[in-house]
Amino acid sequence: MSTRLAKGGRLIDRTAAMDFHFNGKVMRGFAGDTLAAALLANDQMLMGRSFKYHRPRGVVGSGPEEPNALVNLGRGARLEPNQRATTTELFDGLEATSQNHWPSLEFDVGVVNNYAARFMPAGFYYKTFIHPRPFWKHVFEPVIRRAAGLGKAPTEGDADRYEQAYAFCDVLVVGGGVAGLLAAKAAADAGQRVILLEQTATLGGRTPVDEADIDGTPVDTWIAAIESDLRARDNVTIRTRTCGFGVYDHGYVLADERVADHTPGDGRPKHRLWRIRTAKIVTATGAIERPLSFAGNDIPGVMLASAVRDYVVNHAVSPGDRTVIATNNDSAYQTALALKAAGLEVPAILDARDTATGALPEAARAAGIRVLTGRGIAKVKGGKRVTGVAVCTQAGEGAVLEEITCEAVAMSGGWSPVVHLFSHCGGKVKWDDNLSAFIPDASRPPVNHDGSPMVSVVGAAAGCLSLANILAGLRDVSGKTAIRLPDVCQTPDGSVSIPPVWVMPQGAPIQLRSKMWLDYQNDVKVSDVQLASREGYQSVEHTKRYTTLGMATDQGKLSNINGLAVLADSLNEPIPQVGTTTFRPPYTPVTIGALAGESRGEIFQPLRRTPMHEWHEKSGAYFEPVGLWHRPYCFPRAGETHEQAVHREVLNTREKLGLLDASTLGKIIVKGPDAGRFLDMLYTGVMSTLPIGKCRYGLMCNEQGFLSDDGVVARLDEETFLCHTTSGGADRIHAWMEDWLQCEWWDWKVYTANVTEQYAQIAVVGPNARKLLETLGGMDVSKETLPFMQSADGTLGGFPARVYRISFSGELSYEIAVPASQGAAFWEACHKAGASLGAMPYGTEALHVMRAEKGFIMIGDETDGTVIPQDLNLDWAISKKKADYLGKRGQARTFLASPDRWKLVGFDTLDGSAIPDGAYIVADGTNGNGQRNVQGRVTSTYHSPTLKRGIAMGLLKHGPQRMGEVVEFNTIQGETVKARVRDTVFFDKDGEKQNV
Amino acid sequence: MQRYSVFAIAREAVRYHMGWERAWASPQPKASYDAIIVGAGGHGLATAYYLGKNFGITNVAVIEKGWLGGGNTGRNTTIIRSNYLQDPSAAIYEKARSLYETLSQELNYNVMFSPRGLLMLGQTHHEVRGYLRTVHANTLQGVQTEWISPQRVKELVPIINIDGPRYPILGALYQARGGTARHDAVAWGYARACSAMGMHIIQNCEVKGVRSENGQVTGIDTTRGFIGCKKLGMVVAGHSGQLAEMAGFRLPIEAVALQALVSEPIKPCMDVVVMANTVHGYMSQSDKGEMVIGGGTDGFNNYTQRGSFHHIEETLRALVETFPMISRLKMLRQWGGIVDMTGDRSPLISKTPLGNCFINCGWGTGGFKAIPGSGWAMAELMAKGEPGPLAEDFSMWRFKDGQFIDESVAAGVAH
Repeated sequence: MSTRLAKGGRLIDRTAAMDFHFNGKVMRGFAGDTLAAALLANDQMLMGRSFKYHRPRGVVGSGPEEPNALVNLGRGARLEPNQRATTTELFDGLEATSQNHWPSLEFDVGVVNNYAARFMPAGFYYKTFIHPRPFWKHVFEPVIRRAAGLGKAPTEGDADRYEQAYAFCDVLVVGGGVAGLLAAKAAADAGQRVILLEQTATLGGRTPVDEADIDGTPVDTWIAAIESDLRARDNVTIRTRTCGFGVYDHGYVLADERVADHTPGDGRPKHRLWRIRTAKIVTATGAIERPLSFAGNDIPGVMLASAVRDYVVNHAVSPGDRTVIATNNDSAYQTALALKAAGLEVPAILDARDTATGALPEAARAAGIRVLTGRGIAKVKGGKRVTGVAVCTQAGEGAVLEEITCEAVAMSGGWSPVVHLFSHCGGKVKWDDNLSAFIPDASRPPVNHDGSPMVSVVGAAAGCLSLANILAGLRDVSGKTAIRLPDVCQTPDGSVSIPPVWVMPQGAPIQLRSKMWLDYQNDVKVSDVQLASREGYQSVEHTKRYTTLGMATDQGKLSNINGLAVLADSLNEPIPQVGTTTFRPPYTPVTIGALAGESRGEIFQPLRRTPMHEWHEKSGAYFEPVGLWHRPYCFPRAGETHEQAVHREVLNTREKLGLLDASTLGKIIVKGPDAGRFLDMLYTGVMSTLPIGKCRYGLMCNEQGFLSDDGVVARLDEETFLCHTTSGGADRIHAWMEDWLQCEWWDWKVYTANVTEQYAQIAVVGPNARKLLETLGGMDVSKETLPFMQSADGTLGGFPARVYRISFSGELSYEIAVPASQGAAFWEACHKAGASLGAMPYGTEALHVMRAEKGFIMIGDETDGTVIPQDLNLDWAISKKKADYLGKRGQARTFLASPDRWKLVGFDTLDGSAIPDGAYIVADGTNGNGQRNVQGRVTSTYHSPTLKRGIAMGLLKHGPQRMGEVVEFNTIQGETVKARVRDTVFFDKDGEKQNV
Repeated sequence: MQRYSVFAIAREAVRYHMGWERAWASPQPKASYDAIIVGAGGHGLATAYYLGKNFGITNVAVIEKGWLGGGNTGRNTTIIRSNYLQDPSAAIYEKARSLYETLSQELNYNVMFSPRGLLMLGQTHHEVRGYLRTVHANTLQGVQTEWISPQRVKELVPIINIDGPRYPILGALYQARGGTARHDAVAWGYARACSAMGMHIIQNCEVKGVRSENGQVTGIDTTRGFIGCKKLGMVVAGHSGQLAEMAGFRLPIEAVALQALVSEPIKPCMDVVVMANTVHGYMSQSDKGEMVIGGGTDGFNNYTQRGSFHHIEETLRALVETFPMISRLKMLRQWGGIVDMTGDRSPLISKTPLGNCFINCGWGTGGFKAIPGSGWAMAELMAKGEPGPLAEDFSMWRFKDGQFIDESVAAGVAH
């Protein structure tokens, strides 16, 4: 059984016991434990079930490489599926359940897949479930979906919050082991601003487990000294529990800090996403041990040798009383020695190599451990727990020489340097024959904009697998304190040599190969990769996708190299020729909440409020989003539907007085000697001739000729124009102006400024509009002094105001701009003064209805990016004299100049109903693809409260020539709506209401 | 071709699956072919397949620079839908969708087409009007779509938040027969079927030049030598511009990076595909249990398969807002693809200035869903030398005439 040892454990605090729940059972661990360590200490070796075959699985590793020990952590709004037990710090009250089984972890019905495994090799689902056709959706897929998946799906939103922060430095060191600490010190000594990131809670990396001393100083003491040295410096920041997970262009690195994972609900953000911009990146990300591929290498109790060592040394946890070691290199002997030192039995070390003569093997022999060279594991015995191993010769085909009973197997197939971060942004790796591993290629690093190397690699990540190698490479020969950094990569000194052992035993027959797991979580075996290769899925990407090798939540940290080696062997090609799959961020999976940050709920996106927003809220406005603005759609009164409110607002405005908050209207100042010339290019009409104080309606098109925005332009002085845009278009049009000024007409003397938010704007609309302004007093707004399409500056009711006599409703109408800071007060002043005149606020829908009654177009309704001004009979707003304007050439193209285009007309339905939104006008017959022919469509359709019937505008082929004709609109239900073609002005054709 | 079936699997299981044949052959290139397709992605392989199946042209080579299906076919979010607005788009995407319905049976390769239903959320009044227009158009185009209420949306997608606060869901455009398929399997299934017809799929073979005489292509120079052809089809998506340049003409195409990501797998919680264009993101759940997520394109042209990370953040913000329960899931993989965009965001299936050279590209962010229809239309164009009704509106000369097929009206988000 696995258990807690009586003494030892460098990371745990035996005085701080912590109770936690696993599958409802109360267990006890210590502060400093990981969940995996604590489970092992409670003899809970079985921690999960595999993805495909539902095989029982125990913990394999001790870090982010763990494929098996995944749990549902927490519950409700704090449920986190697929949490790795090996990286979850234990806290008091932790609740975890195991995943992917039914009804229980110990007895899982899904294990039937395991017994049928022979019928379910890689890619079997591509070859079956084909007939009968409806079965895929209704039978096969639902069953597969339920069986697949891993953790529980959360059902609630997240109870925690997440922060995002920016940081800048000269040197960013990722990894806080010995190499990373030395690198940070080197950079700090050189006066650089340094940030050091370490994914675990403690610094030091593997060295405290693997080595006794550094330069004669105990490792923990040495690390404490360098840590306190670094922490004391102003130019160094150390962040533990922070994983640098992605390297991007131009020295951009993303890191995820697990602020409160181990103290949930303490009010701090759960995670903090760091966006770091750095001049130089140093990765000291270490190496990950590789499993060996022998039959039964997935049975609970088979673990990485380094992980066994970690649990014994760091947590004083024994994986079992008797542990057999299987290895192809010296490092696993450290595990044997650590176990022995803890008083545990190591019945044998099975070393695949023919000889083992290094210091560690000698030490093992000296400790009385039986070392068998040239040997391997033929098969691990056991079901839910290792019970023993069958020993064979590595060179043979698996004939069993002897059986050894044991409770655990510690394996080491060598080490894979963590080259991920080096590769994320284009760095290339090369195969090192001596280490049987990919290491960073110093000649092909990721580069900065100037071609200089962006990432340097030190320590085990560079393939320097011995402490001596690391220290020698990072320090000057002259003394122990002088430290230097490599330009690109530290160089392995050749002291560590790991021969390739990809399959154990070498000549294993298919019966054994189909029990050798490469990818534990996704259940990919040696035989699967060989099958993929036989079937022609020979590109490494094909193999990966066909078998799902390396696509589990451990992202192939344990399986990729072993799988690649098996593939290369099948193809009879050298590994580097077969290649490696691309390393992509993130290095470890990152919580989505951390990437989304604080932007959720009300502040999901910035909310733009007009100065009158609070008034609208108090008045019960129903808002609609318009871009980032919230605009009142209508102001429903008690008991009113939205539709009733809109009707009331329209009628009140037409009969008395309506007030509209038009502040969102885009307002862009265009100023300079060339301002007129510039606007003449931007608008289809002529603006340069506009007299000061006058207003003119203008249209803007894109280069293709399609109508993109409209609005009224006012000339404020000789060189200054104020361009009104649509509410949704203000930012886009401002960017459009700048695009032309900066990229094409950079020598024109024009400045633009988007002053949309600097002014509050109120439309005072209706027969009583002038009376309201006169009541406010301060300006002459008479018909004579301020005629239609003119503007004037002055004071209204004590407010500095610019008054535009323009109308989008057909009523007598003034739009009044006041400084934004006075907008709310002015709005209230208007309501106060207008109370006796019948003033009521109205919203965007009433605005839309009134403009449609007058036949005014609305960008986004009459236009959709495919409509030109000529389609809308707006030829009058297009200058015929100008040599050019944006869109002119586009509009000259044959299809846009065709007489057969759909053109704007009005429609009266024969039955008075409103035409459904989005309806098309059908034509006879079908096209070559069997689609019903059409000849037009509705663009705006409303019930007009003024006319008490449906009104509509739309585009119709040859429309203006077809007045009086009856056409048919389709409906979703199938029947059609008949309507008579008419002009677009439904109300007050002669403009009598407006021109008073 | 060795038939795939549950019986074949049982037979092979007995001998530890040692008897499976190669899914596709790996032949040496011949001196010349009746037709060469450059690009062994989904569109190229489908073109070859329908050349053989519909027109009996099987002396065909499909040339691939890397590994087949390794471009956007293997990098997309596997969504299949045909709820397009404009007639030509609806026609070709619906053709593709209907071919997907029976593709597994036709290819004897399970491409896992799953018509699980697809929703496009309406979150502003303007967007609602746009989708109502799409439903009206689809009704006339023979595409089955409907407009559904927020309550129905909630029934179909229990994990969705329909209440805002910023963009409450006002309803959705629903295509019940939209869904997903297994992207790699589409390429592999077509490749296997092409190989079975005797066509040559030649991987790791890069085109270095296009030779022509008197306005006709005579063959291509490749890293494996010159290969002659009577007809040439260019189906290389993001790298179309470079290939066209070799042939001496220019295309109205630009390349940008589009990104996608998946979460770690969880138990099934969402059956349908949901697209949220106002907030800019979309999501579905794969059969493995991963939440498959896509978002926007970069605002600048480039060829790196990486993309700018802030787009990932924007997409995830949008989706956490729409599906609050994903906040505690983890992003497992993130990747980018190079998409080839035209000015109107619709593809080219077109003749070229060279008489016997044809091009199929410009699928932008939405190519996977079109693969069978695109191959069908391209095969007809190559076989007859003139476009059929599916392809005729997608000529590259439409930009000269101004006859755009603009779908930006209907799809504000990459898809």
